[in-house]
Amino acid sequence: MKIALTVNGRHQELEVEPRLLLVHLLRERLGLTGTNVGCDTTSCGACTVLLDGQSVKSCTVLAVQADGAEVTTIEGLSGPGGGLHPLQAAFQRHHALQCGYCTPGMVMAAVSLLAEHPHPTEEEVRRGLEGNLCRCTGYQGIVDAVLEVARSGGGVEP
Amino acid sequence: MTSMVGAAVVRKEDPNLLTGRGTYVDNLQLPGMLHMAFVRSVEAHARVRAIDGTAAGAIPGVLGVFTARDLPELPPIPTAVPGLERPSLARDRVRFVGEPVAVVVAEDRYLAADAVARVAVDYDPLPPVPDLETALAEGAPLLFPEHGSNVYTEVPPAGDAEAELAAAPRRARLRLVNQRCAPAPMEPFGVVADWGPKGLTVWASCQSAHFVRGQLSQLLAVPYRGIRVIAPDVGGGFGAKQSWYPEYVVAALLSRRLGRPIKAVETRSENLVAMTHGRAQVQDVEVGFDDSGRILALRVMVTQDAGAYPGDAVGLPMLTMVMSAGCYRIPTVVTGYRAVATTTTPVAAYRGAGRPEAAYLIERVVDLVSDETGVDPIEVRRRNFLPADAFPHTTHLGFAYDSGDYDKALRRLLEMIDYEGLRREQAARREDPERPLMGIGFSTFVELGGVGPSAMMEGLGMLGGWESARARVNPDGTVTLAVGTSPHGQGHETAFAQIAADVLSLPLDRIEVVHGDTDVVQEGIGTFGSRSIAVGGEAVRRASLRAREKATRVAAHLLEAAPEDVELRDGRFFVRGSPDRGLGWEEVANKAYRPTQLGDLEPGIEVTAFYEPSLTTCPSGAHCCVVGVDRETGRVTVERYVGVDDCGVVINPLMARGQVMGGVAQGIAQALYEQVSYSESGQPLASTLAEYLVPSAAEMPRFELDHVETPTPVNPLGAKGLGESGATAAPQAVVNAVIDALSHLGVRDLQMPLTPERVWRAMQTATGGAV
Repeated sequence: MKIALTVNGRHQELEVEPRLLLVHLLRERLGLTGTNVGCDTTSCGACTVLLDGQSVKSCTVLAVQADGAEVTTIEGLSGPGGGLHPLQAAFQRHHALQCGYCTPGMVMAAVSLLAEHPHPTEEEVRRGLEGNLCRCTGYQGIVDAVLEVARSGGGVEP
Repeated sequence: MTSMVGAAVVRKEDPNLLTGRGTYVDNLQLPGMLHMAFVRSVEAHARVRAIDGTAAGAIPGVLGVFTARDLPELPPIPTAVPGLERPSLARDRVRFVGEPVAVVVAEDRYLAADAVARVAVDYDPLPPVPDLETALAEGAPLLFPEHGSNVYTEVPPAGDAEAELAAAPRRARLRLVNQRCAPAPMEPFGVVADWGPKGLTVWASCQSAHFVRGQLSQLLAVPYRGIRVIAPDVGGGFGAKQSWYPEYVVAALLSRRLGRPIKAVETRSENLVAMTHGRAQVQDVEVGFDDSGRILALRVMVTQDAGAYPGDAVGLPMLTMVMSAGCYRIPTVVTGYRAVATTTTPVAAYRGAGRPEAAYLIERVVDLVSDETGVDPIEVRRRNFLPADAFPHTTHLGFAYDSGDYDKALRRLLEMIDYEGLRREQAARREDPERPLMGIGFSTFVELGGVGPSAMMEGLGMLGGWESARARVNPDGTVTLAVGTSPHGQGHETAFAQIAADVLSLPLDRIEVVHGDTDVVQEGIGTFGSRSIAVGGEAVRRASLRAREKATRVAAHLLEAAPEDVELRDGRFFVRGSPDRGLGWEEVANKAYRPTQLGDLEPGIEVTAFYEPSLTTCPSGAHCCVVGVDRETGRVTVERYVGVDDCGVVINPLMARGQVMGGVAQGIAQALYEQVSYSESGQPLASTLAEYLVPSAAEMPRFELDHVETPTPVNPLGAKGLGESGATAAPQAVVNAVIDALSHLGVRDLQMPLTPERVWRAMQTATGGAV
C-alpha cells in the first residue's frame, strides 16, 4: 500500500506492506533507529513516538495507520545541530538513564505528558509514565528530570 | 585542579543515548544482511520425532530451514558437568519450553517469523519436571538418564552442626524460597554475525566482547586472530548477558554457509524463555541462638533449581554458601548445596548471583531470632556484627572478607530514619482501623565486589580475574583509554575518565574511553561481579600512572632536568621549585612523537597495564524499608526506602546513587512483584511483560540514600564495587518490613513475591478471617 506521512518535519511517501509496524517503518525503512523495541505486547514503551502530537507505542501501530499523520521521534526532538531538548538535558543532569535503551521512548512519553499536564505533581508524573519501563534507574532520576522541566515551565513543545 | 574522583559529574555517554544515536545491535544494518529466527520448543520435555521445514522453506524470501542434522559442524555448549553438554540446536530431545529446535533464515524479520510459524515439529512428550519437588521425588523422570539422577552436582555440608544447634538454648528453622526471576534487560539479546574471507566479525549484546571471542575461538576452532567481537551500546544485562547463547555459533556458521551477514535478535517473548533466569533457590535453614539474640550456630542447605542444563547455576549456590553468615560472627556455620535439573529455562547469574540469596537468608534468620527472643532487630544485628577490628575476617569456608564497619552504616541509617518515631507511628496505625498497617524492615548486608582474583575466576571457566587498560597520550595531549571491561549501561566512559583525569592532571573532556571491540582493545575479562571499578578502575589508574611516568621523562628531557625533579600539577610539567618554567601537556605530548627532539628516549606515550587483585572485596550497607499493608486487600506499598551503602571510595556519587537505586528497584521488584513460574506441564506462565511484572515508576518509592566509606585495602583506589549491592540489600528489607507489619497477628513467614493475595491469605490464616 502507498502511504504518505510527515516524519520529523519531512514529508515521506512510501510503499508498505499492510502488516508493517510503524516502528519498523521508522527503524528499517527510514533509518531512524533511535526508537527501540523492547517488547511485543505494548507493555514497555521503549518504542514510544508522537503521532499527531500524542504519544503512541509504535510497535502496535501499523504503518498504514500513520497514513496522513505527523510523526515525531527522538531524532526530531531537537532541531539539527540544535543541542539537547530541555528534557534531554534534564535527563542527563539527573542521571535519568543508564543503558539508554528505554530512554528515547521515555523522553517522548515525558514530552507528551508535559504537553497534556504542564504542571504535574510527582504522583502524576509517576502515573503518567506508568506505560514506560526502565530496568536500570529505579525511575527517580527520570521523575526528577520531568519535574524540573515542568517547574522551569519552558521548552516542552514537541 | 580539584579531584575528579568523588565528583558528581554527569555522564559522557548520555548525549548520544538521549538523542537516539545509541548503537544497539538491532540498529546495525549491513549490506545483504539476513535475519535468523529460532523455532523453539513448545514442549517442556519431549523427544523430537521429526521436523518438517518444507512449507517454511517454500516461502519466497526464505533462504533455508536448518536443524541440528543440517549443521553437523554446530558445536554443543559446554556446561559445568562434563558429558551433559547443551546442544546449540536440540537433536533428539528438548528439555525446556523455548529451547531452539530449528533455525530459519530469511530476507527480513517478518518473513523469518512467517517461516518459523510454518515449521512443523513432531514431539513425543516425556513427563515434565517443572519444579524441585518433582525433580527430587523417588522415581522422578530424568532429564539426563545417562547421568542417573536429576542432581547435577552436590556439595554436602562439612558436618551437620547438630551438636552445636542442640547445645544452643533455643533453635528455629526456616524454609525460604528465593523465587525464579527474569533479568529482563530492556534490550533483549541479539547478535549480528558476518563470516567472510577475512574472518568472523560478531556484534553482540553482551557483557564481555573478549569472553565471547574466546568462546567462539574454542567452540569453532578458529584462532583468535580470525575473530573480531564488538559489544556496541548494550541495553542492560544484569548478569544474563554474560551467559552463552546458541545464537553466537548458529548465526556465525549460517553466515559462513550463506556468505552473508546474519542478524538474530530476540523478541521479548523469546527473551523471557530463552535468556537465563536468576535466583531459583530453596534454602533450608536452622539456627541456634540464646535469649539475648546471640546467634550460636547456623546450618544452611541450598537446593538450586538449575534448569534444563547445568550452566552457571551450578556455581551460584557456592557463592550463597560463602556469604551465608552475612556480616555476623557466628561460631558454627555449616553449608551445603545441591544443583538440580528441571525442565525449565537454564538458571545463571542475575544481579548479585548467589549473594542476594545469602543476604536474604541470613537477614530473614536475624529477624526470626529477633521475633523469637523479643530483642529489637537492630539490637540483634549489633550483638552479632563482626566488629570493625575483625578484618580481614575468614569465613567458615576459608574465604576472606577484606574490610568493613557494619555498625557505621547502621548508625548513619538510624540517623536518617527516626526509628523511635517510626515505631510510634506503627503502634498508632495498628490501633486505627482506617489506616493501612505499617511495618519496618532492616537489611544489614555484605556481598562480594571486585570479582577476581584469577584463581577463583579460572574455577568458573574464565580466562582470569584480572583486568586491563591501555593509556595512549595522543600528539595533541588528549588521551585515549582502552579498557578491558565493557559496560552495559554502567557509565565506564565517565568513571574511568575520572580516575585517569586525576592521575594525569587533565580535564575530563580531554580523555576518551574506548571499550568492547577486540580489534581495538587489548585482552580483557569483562563486566560482572561488581568488578569494573574495583578491578578495571585500578588497571586504568596503573596505566595512567605509567603514561604519566613516560610523559615526565619526556618533560625532564625537554626541561633539561632529572625526571625525579619534574612535577605535574594543573596540567603542567615543571621542575620542582620553578613552577614558572614549565611545559603544558600539549607540548610534552607533541614532542613525545618527535624523535628529533627526544634524545635517547623512545618516541610515543602508550602503555598497557594488567591488574590482578589479591582478593575479592566486600561491599556492605544498612537499608531500611517502611511499608504500608492494606488491611482489606493485602496490597503492599513501599512508603519509605532508606539505604546507606559502604562500597569504599566512591568515584562518582551521581552514578553510585544510580547503581543503588536501580539495584534496589530490582530487589523491591523481586520482593513484591516478579516471579517466573511454570504450570504442572512445564509451560512458563509469564512469557510477556504483560505477565512478568517489571514495576513502573508508579510502584517505586522515592529513595533516600547515603554512603559511608570504609576503603578496601585490596586496591589503592580503595573502591569495592557497587553494582549488585542494591539488589542484594533490598528483598529482605521489604519482606522483613511486611512480616513486621503483620507480626502482631502472629505472621512469622511469607514467601516472595508478596502479592496481595499471599499477604491477604496470611492475614486471614493468622486471624481466622478477622483482620
